Amino acid sequence: MTTMTSAALESQPAIAVRDLTVAYNDRPVIWDLDLDVPAGVLMAIVGPNGAGKTTLIKAMLDLVRPAAGQVEILGQPYRKSRDRVGYVPQRGSVDWDFPTNVLDVVQMGRYGALGWIRRPGNRERELALEALDKVSMGEFADRQISQLSGGQQQRVFLARALVQNADVYLMDEPFQGVDATTERAIITLLKELRSEGKTVVCVHHDLQTVPDYFDWVALLNIRKIASGPVSEVYNETNLRLTYGGRVAFLSRDAAAPATAQAAVEED
Amino acid sequence: MFDLSTAQMEIQLVAIVVAVACALVGVFLVLRQMAMMSDAITHSILPGIVVAFFIVQDLSSPFLIIGAAATGVLTVSLVELLERTRLVREDAAIGIVFPALFSIGVILIARFARGIHLDLDVVLLGEIAFVPFNRTEIFGIDLGPTALVMMSVILLINLIFILLFYKELKLATFDTGLAAALGFSPALIHYGLMSLVSVTAVGAFDAVGAILVVALIVGPPAIAYLLTDQLRLMLVYSAGIGVVVAVLGYWMARMLDASIAGSMASMVGIIFVVAYLLAPQRGLVASYLRRRRQRWEFAGIMLAIHLFNHEGLPSAEQENRVEHLQDHLNWNPDFADRAVRWAERNRIIVRRNSHLFLTEEGREQAREAIVR
Amino acid sequence: MFPDFLTDIYSDYTIRNITLGAMVLGLVSGSLGTFAVLRRQSLLGDSISHAVLPGIILAFMLTGSRDPLILILGAAIVGWLATLSIMAIVNTTRIKQDASLALVLSVFFGFGMVLMTFVQRQPDAAAAGLQRFLFGQAAAIIWDDVRTMLLIGGAAMAVFLLFWKEFKLVVFDRAFAFSLGMPVRRFDVLLTTLLVIAIVIGLQTVGVILMSAMVVAPAAAARQWTDRLGLVTTLAGLFGALAGVTGALISAYAARMPTGPTIVLCLTAIVLFSLVLAPNRGILWAWVRQHRQSRELRSRVVLADLYWLSQQHAGDDSGHSIATLEAMSAGRVAVDHGLEDLEQAGLAERTDEETWTITERGREQAIRDLAEEEREGSDV
Ligand SMILES: Nc1ncnc2c1ncn2[C@@H]1O[C@H](COP(=O)(O)OP(=O)(O)OP(=O)(O)O)[C@@H](O)[C@H]1O
Ligand SMILES: [Mg+2]
Repeated sequence: MTTMTSAALESQPAIAVRDLTVAYNDRPVIWDLDLDVPAGVLMAIVGPNGAGKTTLIKAMLDLVRPAAGQVEILGQPYRKSRDRVGYVPQRGSVDWDFPTNVLDVVQMGRYGALGWIRRPGNRERELALEALDKVSMGEFADRQISQLSGGQQQRVFLARALVQNADVYLMDEPFQGVDATTERAIITLLKELRSEGKTVVCVHHDLQTVPDYFDWVALLNIRKIASGPVSEVYNETNLRLTYGGRVAFLSRDAAAPATAQAAVEED
Repeated sequence: MFDLSTAQMEIQLVAIVVAVACALVGVFLVLRQMAMMSDAITHSILPGIVVAFFIVQDLSSPFLIIGAAATGVLTVSLVELLERTRLVREDAAIGIVFPALFSIGVILIARFARGIHLDLDVVLLGEIAFVPFNRTEIFGIDLGPTALVMMSVILLINLIFILLFYKELKLATFDTGLAAALGFSPALIHYGLMSLVSVTAVGAFDAVGAILVVALIVGPPAIAYLLTDQLRLMLVYSAGIGVVVAVLGYWMARMLDASIAGSMASMVGIIFVVAYLLAPQRGLVASYLRRRRQRWEFAGIMLAIHLFNHEGLPSAEQENRVEHLQDHLNWNPDFADRAVRWAERNRIIVRRNSHLFLTEEGREQAREAIVR
Repeated sequence: MFPDFLTDIYSDYTIRNITLGAMVLGLVSGSLGTFAVLRRQSLLGDSISHAVLPGIILAFMLTGSRDPLILILGAAIVGWLATLSIMAIVNTTRIKQDASLALVLSVFFGFGMVLMTFVQRQPDAAAAGLQRFLFGQAAAIIWDDVRTMLLIGGAAMAVFLLFWKEFKLVVFDRAFAFSLGMPVRRFDVLLTTLLVIAIVIGLQTVGVILMSAMVVAPAAAARQWTDRLGLVTTLAGLFGALAGVTGALISAYAARMPTGPTIVLCLTAIVLFSLVLAPNRGILWAWVRQHRQSRELRSRVVLADLYWLSQQHAGDDSGHSIATLEAMSAGRVAVDHGLEDLEQAGLAERTDEETWTITERGREQAIRDLAEEEREGSDV
């Protein structure tokens, strides 16, 4: 296909969103969005509630059918690149009283690779335990999932994505409802993923921490306001455009994205 | 066949009163998303009716109604109790409580209620056809069939309750939090409503049986919900639909020589299907037509925004070609073609040798759509 | 009577069929019901079970046959239609799930009753055969029925086990299952089909009106005993079978005990037993735990107070009155009971009728408690 070769020539983006419009019952939620996520970045999607962040992630994963436009991940439609994509849904989207334990949930990350009917075996178990150790949840492997705190649940989801051993990770609010310690642990992990050359996209709500945590950002409110390196596009003008002038408190951070960026590059 | 004897009149009157009484309380059940509670209550009042019947020996005694209705309220609290243990969810709690109570009722009837006219057929179908034979007299004056007198009183109670507490019911239905904050106890309203449902169900039970009461409680309000947005109108419509169901259901039963209660429930289904297809705003046909209209409007705006976003950029040359739409917007050729023609007709765009350009108006529309 | 009963199971043909039939149906509907309960579709089961009535009767009217396989097939088709109607109403109107369920349930059932009156008018006793679909009749189970149940139930269980892993994921985390490219909607259809089968399989034994309980109650009971899905499902099957067999036999032996209601009451007993007694989750254990905790807390408070008093009156530690201790804890705990517990543990001792003092061991314990509290306090 012509589009593929031309994209590959100019150092293929990890995710390429083209003219994407998504509507629920003919009510558009995302209007004609173009977005390139270069490979190997740690990117935040920010925007007010109802901006369409979750919808964008879902459109990338083919969970909602766009009214127009397309998404390519690693140069292919999601259908074909599925095995190389890991997904962390919003924590609230599942029933945590479901009768299963932590290890079992993490093993679900291998179901795609396992294929039909085959059950997880020793190998899956080991991979899952390894991933749990990475998120410091090793000792919780046998714990019933309803007995986890919010932060622990989030880490379990993260571990499940880790065992997917993907190249691109899409995460919906991985920091929602976690304490400062867990947040630091998670971001360290994400930065590790980035240093391994993986691409990580997170929906993020805390505007203060964007410059610390991420190197790339997309500002979204029904349409794309801006996207690019944090140092270039994460400024007051764009934030005002995104949040509609409700972000007076931001001026401190917005004034100093350059220094924040420097901090990110240090580690 | 169409000459009405007094008995037939009376049967229809009872059916109408039952249907209206059910429909009125049903509106609030449907809006509060507790319709299945009516299923639970109508099943579980059975043991209450049986036990109360053993005691008072009269199916239409007010004591029996109150006693049996208490079982209905008991069901509601049992479900809540189970739910509060956090061991089972609400749906499972309902699904455990009422079969248990209903089973007790059925076994009681099967074992002990032989020879009295309370058998399993009555439980399922009621005996509205026999209604005229059981009459109420006061001081020797015939007031009409007992069931009619009883259901009229229940209807009156329902009406009074709804009229008196209209404001509170409305508030508690649409915003439980706010109702609580304003000092109207949602629990009180909840149990008040549940008591009404129970009393109504017990009264109607005699006429149409346990399961078909559900059709009368949930059906008319659900149909009315397709027809209007206003609570007041919804009450009026449901009552009206209840009347229609009662009358048409009765005649359907006469013509087919079938169960009256079953025919009334089937009539609910028929009217529902009609409303489902033909309701003026929310019917399937109406929304299909609206969808079709909106589809092109939506496509046109989508096109406008697409062009707007690329206007003045180097890529514009690429993006605004007609052939390109298929590729980039992922539209199939036919759809793209029709969308372009729609947009041209509505002066959103103009076509100049296979390139598309926004008109001033199109630009305005795109801007408006994006910056909301 | 009891020994009779047991030998009957082996010798008496009827009893063997009843036992076998009830066991198979309990096993199948109990275990297949687990996912319905976990998907919060308990009431969908109720709706389907009522709604299949016209299916049974239509199947009979059209074919004139009373072959269980045909009647069950009719029920399954209409059960499916009912489910589709419910989904259509929920998806295309603003009527919510609950009202759709209730509407479909009652309208279909009402229609079934209309059809029933047609059948009843026929001269032969056909109606009597269909009547038993209302409340079930274990005594009428014959080998044909058992074979049909085995056939359908076995097929359903095979599918269930084959796609176990997929079902689990789809029910637990739909979005994630979608992201892995699973045909989630097809699994929805499959799960719903299994639910329909779980229901129709027991119709002639338990009856349409109460069959939903066979699907919901075993899972709800089983869930209390374990946190593992496999075990929940197995236990649910066992509970279902237990209740099925017990209820069916009682109903077959005792006069005027309708089968469906009897089985349901057996099930209810199992549910109550599980809710109260299941270890960990059971109400009784929760109560015991809470009681123990509050007792421990009580002792701790009283001990801390005693310790403080003994520090204050370092020279003269001859005893502190209960009244003082009560004043210190400001009526929060029952001081006298607390003191008794402490005495038993050797942490405090009585110096007089109404006065108490802390022992050496009590002092050590109090110091440990304080240190622990401090540690926890700094954590927060
Ligand atoms: N399944 C759906 N059906 C209809 N409308 C939907 C659906 N899901 C989302 N919406 C609407 O789409 C809009 C965007 O939703 P989305 O969940 O993408 O927002 P978001 O940016 O993730 O918001 P938040 O910060 O609250 O998570 C909202 O207005 C929402 O009401
Ligand atoms: Mg979101």
